[in-house]
Amino acid sequence: MLRKNRAADIEKVLAKYPTKRSAVMPLLNLAQEEYGFCSPEAIREVAAICDLDPTEVKSVVGFYTMFYEEKVGTNVIDVCDDLPCALRGADGFVAHCERKLGIKAGETTPDGKITFHSVMCVAACNRAPVAQVNGAYHYDLTPESFDQMVDELQK
Amino acid sequence: MTGMEKHLLLRDLDVPNIRELDVYMANDGYAAWKKAVTSMKGEEVLAAVKDSGLRGRGGAGFPAGLKWSFIPKDVFPKYVVVNGDESEPGTFKDHQLVRNNPHQVIEGTALCAYAIGSNLAYIYLRGEFSEPGKELEKALADAYANGLLGSNLMGTGYSLDIRVHYGAGAYICGEESALLESLEGRIGQPRLKPPFPATNGLYNKPTVINNVETLANVPWIILNGAAWYRQFGTEKSSGVKLFSVSGHVKNPGNYELPLGKHSIQELLDMAGGSSSGRPIKAVLPAGSSSPIIPAANFGAKLDYESMAGIGSVLGSCSFIFMDDSVDMVWAARKMIRFFKHESCGKCTPCREGTYWALKIYDKILSGEGTLADVDMIAEVNKQIIGKCFCPVGEFATSSMTFTLKHFKQDYIDFIEKKKGGTPEYRAELARDTHGHHAQAAH
Repeated sequence: MLRKNRAADIEKVLAKYPTKRSAVMPLLNLAQEEYGFCSPEAIREVAAICDLDPTEVKSVVGFYTMFYEEKVGTNVIDVCDDLPCALRGADGFVAHCERKLGIKAGETTPDGKITFHSVMCVAACNRAPVAQVNGAYHYDLTPESFDQMVDELQK
Repeated sequence: MTGMEKHLLLRDLDVPNIRELDVYMANDGYAAWKKAVTSMKGEEVLAAVKDSGLRGRGGAGFPAGLKWSFIPKDVFPKYVVVNGDESEPGTFKDHQLVRNNPHQVIEGTALCAYAIGSNLAYIYLRGEFSEPGKELEKALADAYANGLLGSNLMGTGYSLDIRVHYGAGAYICGEESALLESLEGRIGQPRLKPPFPATNGLYNKPTVINNVETLANVPWIILNGAAWYRQFGTEKSSGVKLFSVSGHVKNPGNYELPLGKHSIQELLDMAGGSSSGRPIKAVLPAGSSSPIIPAANFGAKLDYESMAGIGSVLGSCSFIFMDDSVDMVWAARKMIRFFKHESCGKCTPCREGTYWALKIYDKILSGEGTLADVDMIAEVNKQIIGKCFCPVGEFATSSMTFTLKHFKQDYIDFIEKKKGGTPEYRAELARDTHGHHAQAAH
């Protein structure tokens, strides 16, 4: 129950905007923190808070890549393989990540600990290969430093 | 990163911990803000920015002061919205400003609000900026705690709130009207213009939208005057500009330079030259959306007019250098893949055109391309150009149009010399078809 568990945060979000509708995205972020993804229940709750139809909230969830429509792992690793990063070896690096994790981009490890995405640009092209791990930047990665990071997350 | 003896924007390179309020204030921080609120009228702030010649740093280069002057005086409330969506591949300048020099972003935002008589500003950061955003949010909290933001500022009766709003992953939200839609809680699809945001912006009220970097220049203009600011740059391209340099260079990063003083080649040299030792073949001067520039044109000066003179743009100044190992067919495919992913879906030519163009590039990369496919790319391109609602459709065609214009031989060689279908290309194609983090709406 978002309203019960995050009441203070919800009030803070609503106070930031002159309309309730503007709170949709920050509330979906709260819901995602709470449930791990934008579940149908979360979508209904956010819709009720913002006086919107759940379908409208669902369209927002579907449009933006950072709202997950399905369960993700405890940790989410995003690695950019767009052009500037690829010029610094991101394609080979992503292939290494897939081998290390034993999954393909877009999948979650069987233990549910890591979801791995290849993504389009995280505005850190000068420090590629670059990953965001649960939103935190990790720069100038090598296969070795990636393996180390993954071993830590899977402990 | 060098370029300027003393940086106006990348001040974190000169002053350690300038992200902290006390350090910022000990180095002229908020002096312009105090000067404006206590001794200037809004119109005077606006006039100074107009006189400075400051142009928008997000890409379009529209004169900032002129944009502010379009705000009607008698309509309330009015808003300032700061564009920190920074999603153009190759661009990472606002990232550094927000993370390392957040108070200057806040001060510039505040001055803009004061100039147009607004009491509420939103800084829109792309969703991926939660980490640098924490620095900005901390800086905002410190500014409030020290009476620099809030109500009845410095006893003048003027009040200002600045709030941070996060996107959630959508390139299109860098387009100003799509950004407003997103801030209003909708999917980020662009609005029809006119009316323009100056009269019908956020919540249908008068709104100035400026890029993070644009506003970060404003404190200097107010503190030292328009004439002082104009000593940097040229008559038509005044001031300093951040250049995000990436790709095959030894020292990638952000460089701050006066506009119009240096050439592309000099920028490349400042970044240490080619990282591989191989000759640099070309550069994209404003990320994936810009016309590619062959090395033969690297003598062009870095200002709006000179870049237009060589058939390209200054744009957001994200210079992606590529050495001669880069096959332009591969590079163009990377870019079209990006636009296929990021097309917001509103216009059929952009949505379907990028989808089909990528299919053709995939076919060529997989080794099954024919020369007829090259003509087909040009044909698909023609169906997108000039037929879309917002500039993103146009941007998507740049990668195709200009790699074909300058590097058509790469396409012909790729097909005739059967360069496609290598294990590397196959792996890359397989990865993209099975699981790139795409969503249904894109």
